[in-house]
Order: sequence, then C-alpha cells, then structure tokens
Amino acid sequence: MSRLLPFFAFLALVALFGFGIWWNTQHDQREVPSPLIGRAAPEFRLPVLDDPSRMVAKADLLGKPYLLNVFGSWCFACGEEHPVLMAEGKALGVKLVGYNYKDEPAAAKGWLAEHGNPYDLVIADVEGRTAIDFGVYGAPETSLVDGKGVIRYKRVGPLTPDVIEREVKPALAAIAKEAP
Amino acid sequence: MIPELGQLALILAMLLALVQGVVPVVGAWRGNSALMSLARPVAAGQFVFVALAMGILVHAFLTFDFSVGYVAANSNLALPWYYRITAVWGAHEGSMLLWVFILNAWTLALAIFSRQLPDAFAARVLGVMGFIGLGFLAFIVFTSNPFLRELPMQPDGADLNPVLQDPGMTFHPPVLYMGYVGFSVAFAFSIAALLGGELEQAWVRWARPWTNVAWAFLSAGIVAGSWWAYAELGWGGWWFWDPVENASFMPWLVGAALVHAQAITEKRGSLRSWTILLSLFAFSLSLLGTFLVRSGVLTSVHAFASDPRRGLYILGFLVVVIGGSLLLYAVRAPKVAGGRAFAIVSRETAVLIGNLLLTTAAAMVLLGTLFPLLGDALNLGKVSVGPPYFGFLFNLLMLPVVLLLPFGPYLRWGKGEVGVLKPVALRAGVAAIVCAVIAFLFVDAKLKAIAGVAGAVWACVGTLLYVIKRWREMPRGRRFPAEMAGMLLAHFGVGIFVAGVMLSESLSIERDVRMEPGKIVQLGSYEFRFDGVRETSGPNWRGDEGVVTVMQDGATVATMHPQKRTYTRGQVQTESAIDAGIFRDIYVALGEPMDAGNREGAWALRLYQKPFIRWIWLGGLFMMLGGFVAAGERRFRTQKARNEAGATVAEPAA
Amino acid sequence: MMRRVMLLLALLMATTVAAQAIDPLPFKDHDQEVRFQHLTAQLRCLVCQNENLNDSNAELARDLRHEVFDLMQQGKSDEEIKAWLVARYSKFVLYDPPLDTGTALLWFGPLLVLVLGGVALVVQVRRRSRAAATEPANAVIESNDSGENW
Repeated sequence: MSRLLPFFAFLALVALFGFGIWWNTQHDQREVPSPLIGRAAPEFRLPVLDDPSRMVAKADLLGKPYLLNVFGSWCFACGEEHPVLMAEGKALGVKLVGYNYKDEPAAAKGWLAEHGNPYDLVIADVEGRTAIDFGVYGAPETSLVDGKGVIRYKRVGPLTPDVIEREVKPALAAIAKEAP
Repeated sequence: MIPELGQLALILAMLLALVQGVVPVVGAWRGNSALMSLARPVAAGQFVFVALAMGILVHAFLTFDFSVGYVAANSNLALPWYYRITAVWGAHEGSMLLWVFILNAWTLALAIFSRQLPDAFAARVLGVMGFIGLGFLAFIVFTSNPFLRELPMQPDGADLNPVLQDPGMTFHPPVLYMGYVGFSVAFAFSIAALLGGELEQAWVRWARPWTNVAWAFLSAGIVAGSWWAYAELGWGGWWFWDPVENASFMPWLVGAALVHAQAITEKRGSLRSWTILLSLFAFSLSLLGTFLVRSGVLTSVHAFASDPRRGLYILGFLVVVIGGSLLLYAVRAPKVAGGRAFAIVSRETAVLIGNLLLTTAAAMVLLGTLFPLLGDALNLGKVSVGPPYFGFLFNLLMLPVVLLLPFGPYLRWGKGEVGVLKPVALRAGVAAIVCAVIAFLFVDAKLKAIAGVAGAVWACVGTLLYVIKRWREMPRGRRFPAEMAGMLLAHFGVGIFVAGVMLSESLSIERDVRMEPGKIVQLGSYEFRFDGVRETSGPNWRGDEGVVTVMQDGATVATMHPQKRTYTRGQVQTESAIDAGIFRDIYVALGEPMDAGNREGAWALRLYQKPFIRWIWLGGLFMMLGGFVAAGERRFRTQKARNEAGATVAEPAA
Repeated sequence: MMRRVMLLLALLMATTVAAQAIDPLPFKDHDQEVRFQHLTAQLRCLVCQNENLNDSNAELARDLRHEVFDLMQQGKSDEEIKAWLVARYSKFVLYDPPLDTGTALLWFGPLLVLVLGGVALVVQVRRRSRAAATEPANAVIESNDSGENW
C-alpha cells in the first residue's frame, strides 16, 4: 500500500544513520583515501636534513622498500607517534625515511635530538611543494613505497602499535612475497 | 547549590512531560474529561520548571560560576555579559535546553490559545507536544546535562568561540528554534487528527496560523544565520550548502509547501492526506536536523561535539516519533478523496505544482547532504558534494516556481480562467524583458544578472498587478484580507530574493591586494586608500585595526576599520569591515603584513564590492513578514458554529 | 578520537595565525584573477574540509592556491588543473561531484523524484478534474472571511 511508502523510506534512512554512527567509531571521518596507492611515487629531489648539500632523489631509493614518514617539529600528533617509531621502527626490518614537512631545519634537528631519531635517513621539504605531489595534507602521514617505487600503502594519522600490526606488517609481507 | 536546583527542575519537568504525554491522550481516548483537563495545567507547570532551569543556567553564566563545567567550557572572566548570555546556547547542552524551552513556550501558547478546540482534540495536541518534550528532556537529563559540576573549579574558563561572539549568534539560534520547534505544532495537530479520526478539515483552519508563524520564524532564523555568516565567516559568503544549513533549509522548503497545502485543505477540503503528510515531513526534517548536527554523522563547520551514544539516543527518539507518526499515517490517513474537485486549470493545480517542486528540492538537498554517508555505506569512495550540485539543481527546480508565481492569485479555486492570465503574462513579461534589456546595457553579457533581473521583475510586477487589481475593484477596508496580504508580501519577497542572489553572485568583484600605507586601489566604481594599521583592543581581545578610506569621484564614501583580533585564549578572528548599502555592500578584510613582522609596511587586504547583496535578506524578511501577516487572518480565530452537514457558518465579522 | 582532536587543534592553531586566505598574487589582469577565484571556489580545502581553497586559512590551502596559480601561468586549462589536483588528492578535492556510475543516484535521484511526483500529480489532477466536470458549474464554495471567494 503506497501509504506505507514514507514509513519504509524512513526506515531506510534510519538504517543509513545507524550505519553512519557505527562507521564513525571505526574510521576517521576526515580521512581522504589516497589516489596514489598502486601508482608510482612521484619523482622528487630533496636535500638531506643534516647535510643540505646532499640531495636524495627517488631513483636513489629504488631497489628496496621503505616507509616514508611525514613529520614536523610543529606537529603535536607526531610527538605522540614518535615513541612508537622509536620502539618498533627498527623491528619492522625496512628502511625508515623521515620526511620533514614545512619545518625549520634547526627546529627539526633539535626535535630529533631531543626525542631521538628513529630514521635511517631524513630528507627535508621546507616549502612543502614536493609533498603536494605525494598528496600530503597533514602530518603525520606514512607511505610504504616498494622496491620498484610504487606506493603500496598509506596511513593518514599517527602510527600506533595496533595499526602497525593490522595494516603495515601485512603490507610489508605482501611486498616480501613478490621479491625479487 | 543552585545549579543542582536547575538539574532538579529539569527532572521535574521531565516527569511532568511524561504525565502530559500520556494522561491527556488516554483521557481523549476514553472520553475522560478529568484526565483531558490535566493537559493545560501540566503544560504550564512544565514550562515553569524549564524556564527555571533556563534562568538558572543564564544566572550561572552571568555570575561566572565556573564550577559548572558547561559554563567553564564556554565563557571566561573577560567575556562581556551579552556574550555570556549568548554562550548559554553556544554549545550542545545549552542549545538542547534552549530547544526544550522554546518547545515549552509553544506548548504554553497552545494551552492558552486553544479554547476553541474541542476538548479531545486539544488534549491530544498537548499530549503530543508533551511526548516530544519528554524525549528531549530525557535526552538532556541522561546524556547532556548542562548543570554538571566540574571540580576542582577552574579560576577562569575557556572561551566562547570568537566566531560566535557576534549579535547574529545572539539572535540566530533562538529565532531559528522558534521556527524549527514551531513545526511541532502542525505535527501535533496532524497526529491529533489522525488519532481522533477527524475526517473534517476544520482542524486545518486551527493549524494554519501556528504553521504560518513557525515558518515565518524559520525564515527569519535562516536570514539571521546567513547574515551572520556573511559578517563573521567565509569572506562575504552568505550560503555554503553546509550540512547544518541544509538541515534548516529542508524544513523551510517543506514548510513553504505546507502553508500552501493547508490553504487548499482548509478552503476546499481536498488533499487532506497530503497536508497531513507534509506536516509530518516538516517536523521530521526539523528533528532530523537536530540529529545530524549532534551525532557526528556529517562533518560541518557548524557541528556540535559528536558522540555515538548521543547519536544513538536521538536516532532511537527519531524512530519512535517519526516512525510512529508515519505508521499512524499509513493506518489512519483518510483513504477516500474528500473535498471539492478542481479543474486542470485552477489554483489547486498551480499550488500542487509548486508543492511538487518545493518537496523535490527538499529531497534533493537531503540526497546531496546524505550522499557522502551513502557513499561510505556503498563503498563508493569518499564523495564530495558541494555548491555546484546544490546550487545548480536548486535553481533548476525553482525556475518553474518563479514563473508560476504571478498566476497564483489570478487563478480561482476550483476552476480558473486561462484568459485572465494572458494580460498578466503580457504585462509582467514585457516589464521583465524591458528591464532585462536595460540591465544588459549596464552589465554587458552577464547572463546570470540579466536572468535575475528578468525573473525578479516578472515575479514582483506580477504580484503588484494583483495588488493594483484588488485596489481598484474592492472598497476600502476589504481590499486585502490578512491572508491575501501575507501571500502578496511573501511572493513579492521571492522576487526581491531572486534579484539579490543573481545580481550579487554575478556582479560581485573581489581582489586580494598588497597595499602600502597611502596606496590607492581601484575596485569597481570605488577607490580604496590604505591608511595604515594601528593597535586596538576590546573587552576580551587585542588586535590590529586597519584604516581604509573608500572614495568615489574624489569624495569620501566611507572609512572602514577591518580588524584582526586575538582573543583571550589565543584564537584569532578576522573582523571584516562592512559598509552596508541598499544597492551595494563594500567589504574589506585585513590579512597579514606582506613582510613578516613589518607592521608599518605593506599589508595584504581583501576588497569586495557586492551589489544588491542586502536584497537577499530583504527578500527573506518580506517572506517572514508575509508569514506573520497571513497568520493574523481573522477567520482563523473566530469561533465557528457547525451545522450537521459539516459546512461552517461564520459569525458576523467584528 | 582525542588524538584526532589534538591533531586538528594543532593544525588549526598553526594555521590560523600563520597563514591567511588573503593572498595577493601577481595576476596578469583582472580577468585572470576572476578565473582564479572561480576555480579555487570549486576546490575543497583538505584541511578545513568545509571551506574552499579561496576562503581557507590553512597553510596547505595557501600552498595549493600557489600551485593552481603556477599551473594557470603555465597555460593549463581549468580542467587540466582540476585533473592535476585530483591525481594527487582524489576526487574529494572537487566540490562538484563527477557524473559516473557511483554518483548516478545523486545526479538523477532528484529527477526521478520529480518524475514520480509529477505522475502522481497528473493522476490526482485528472481524477479531480473529471469529478469537477460532473459538478454543477456554480457549486457552493466555502466562503471566506469577507464572504467572498478570491
């Protein structure tokens, strides 16, 4: 009977809202999924934080997978993520590249000196223009790039032990299976 | 001690709401007049307690009672008293209390002004209002208590968001809620009619003034919100199709359809089911809006703190109230078409076409607002829906409405004459074309501006033609019954609104400029001279104030003082300077020094000239006025004697 | 949840003081400036997700505005600039939802509602007008306040 139509339409709406409330508890509503997953990482050429005369390009990092961790001394959540990187970074068995984003080099160096440096290599993007090619829109963000230079995984927000266990490690394992 | 009294008052109000929601309805069902007569005194008692709670919360803000967590979170020692009152409804808990307070105000008004309603009907109406109040009071008492203490007491509080420290924020929520909540009255009338099996349409006459007043308040509230956003937010934008804005616009659209449908049902007895359904939709959308902004389901600049628990509670409440009402509709709404027939060419048909377009527009806004959520549910990726979607489709749907507008009054109920319409179309059409050509000479090929002028002139001239007709044909004192006057005012407002929107959107000029002190920049027909920046301060902020002199043909038109303020808790707020005018606004915003730290040097400034932007709100105010005036129609208030056949006989007009 | 709030707060505090949407750029002429304003008004700021690029105070918005400016100077069309941003930030950066299978419901839904409603309206009007044809031409009509029917 058509008189029941509004009622059923409303029930559908309720189902949608119920889903919405549930979904929010599982996801960060502000997160924007990256279109770069499965695509080649952008070409880049950035100076090393400690030695600006030395440049690192995408080609220099090919051959082995690496985690690119976007951070800044100004970023509160990076401070929360940092101990996790210090504790678990080495154990992941993959190169950890720090991507210093829109930061004062002196401030970044001081921050790393104070909190510890979990990275194998730190490159600096002071202006933040290259970061746009990576689709960075905040910090911290972490991308997993494989040996062929393809972005395989991206985490927006801080890495936690839980995320490392559930998402990063399986992604690393998937890459390891394909080798060489 | 006093805040605890506030908490107690809310609990007592909630218990009274329980009584009010249940007892009179049972009484009406059983024909027990003792139970039914409880409705009015209980409603009055509930109002007293809620008003008491409201008063206590205001008092807590005015006396800097930072032991109350809500007060500490939303005010501090430096906040001026008028913004401390505003802060009462500045966040979730207080705004919920405001919601309930206004609901009780409407209920009290109903209790007082419903003497002409049959007892059973009045009991049911008040019962429904009580039930709604119960839901909200329970929500407040159990999940959103504004009186919770936070100990140890802070010596000073946080701050009311600087964006909210504006007169607009003082008016916008209360006025908006008067509208939002006011649709509960039409809702209650419809539920009462469904419960009582009222097959006659007399109850629609009683519902009409309440509905018109609610819609008028909602119009005013939306206008206030838009004006406030223009002055405080988004760089001269006045509407963003933000989810929360949409949440207030959907009930407005359905409410506009409703006031027209009620006219048909009241006068002709037809379309009773549709009118009932619309009133259920209008209030349901109000409730939906309340849910959307507090559940965290949608991101918005406007959203209150999100909490899944609160979201689930409101959702449950929605299921009971909306689901229950729609189920009741399915079961009890009149199945047989009643009332007068009407021809294809008739006012009924015109109104129905308008109804179709307005409700489709509301459905479109709902779809666009919820689509990102749907996208998540159906795994479509993160979908973005913004002004290009809403604005485009809304304009498309409203175009036929504007075209039909002048014909409404000329079409008779039951059977209209196409012949009567032809001279109207001709005169209004010629006027529109002539003005469009004149506009073309001023604005070159800006299609939007020309279309706006044509549409506005069409609507306004078409409405004025009917004003002239009535003036000529009717004797003084009988020319414009309140209902008709309201209709003409509101329709005229539509034309003004169209002009405002189309002209300001197509003719606005904006420039970001670098200005050294003394530099002059040309924008539109004005010259702007930057005269440097000086320091300034207010009760709870310190800031920089720029001085910009605006000239036209050498003469000074205005001296503007855009500010950048830093508030007590560090928030930075841009206070743009606006020189308001009937035909244009000049808008200047201060940016940053171009060379960091050099405050004596060049600064970045944003300059705007916005033609006709005030017409947007002027149009809205005409619509509001129309709603209030129409509600004053004597026919809605006079007592009716009813004979056996159901026809009514009016008492001699006073 | 708290972490995200902190991140947002940190971003907001870092951005509202440091960067401003007011951003004079060296446009060739006013037409180019107008084109820039229209284009950036159609692009969403990823940080302040309910503001467009023209209005947002966020640092990222400023950076992206400069990118859009540079791309305009390089002679790229609006479509190419939008595609450039979408390749990096996904379609979410566009305020205008594209028309594809996923958004078919969004774009055609209102049309569907209008058509279905229109059918219902036509049915209703025809039913009523047929009844009207059988009613006497001067049937009593409910009188109004002043006894007239306007």
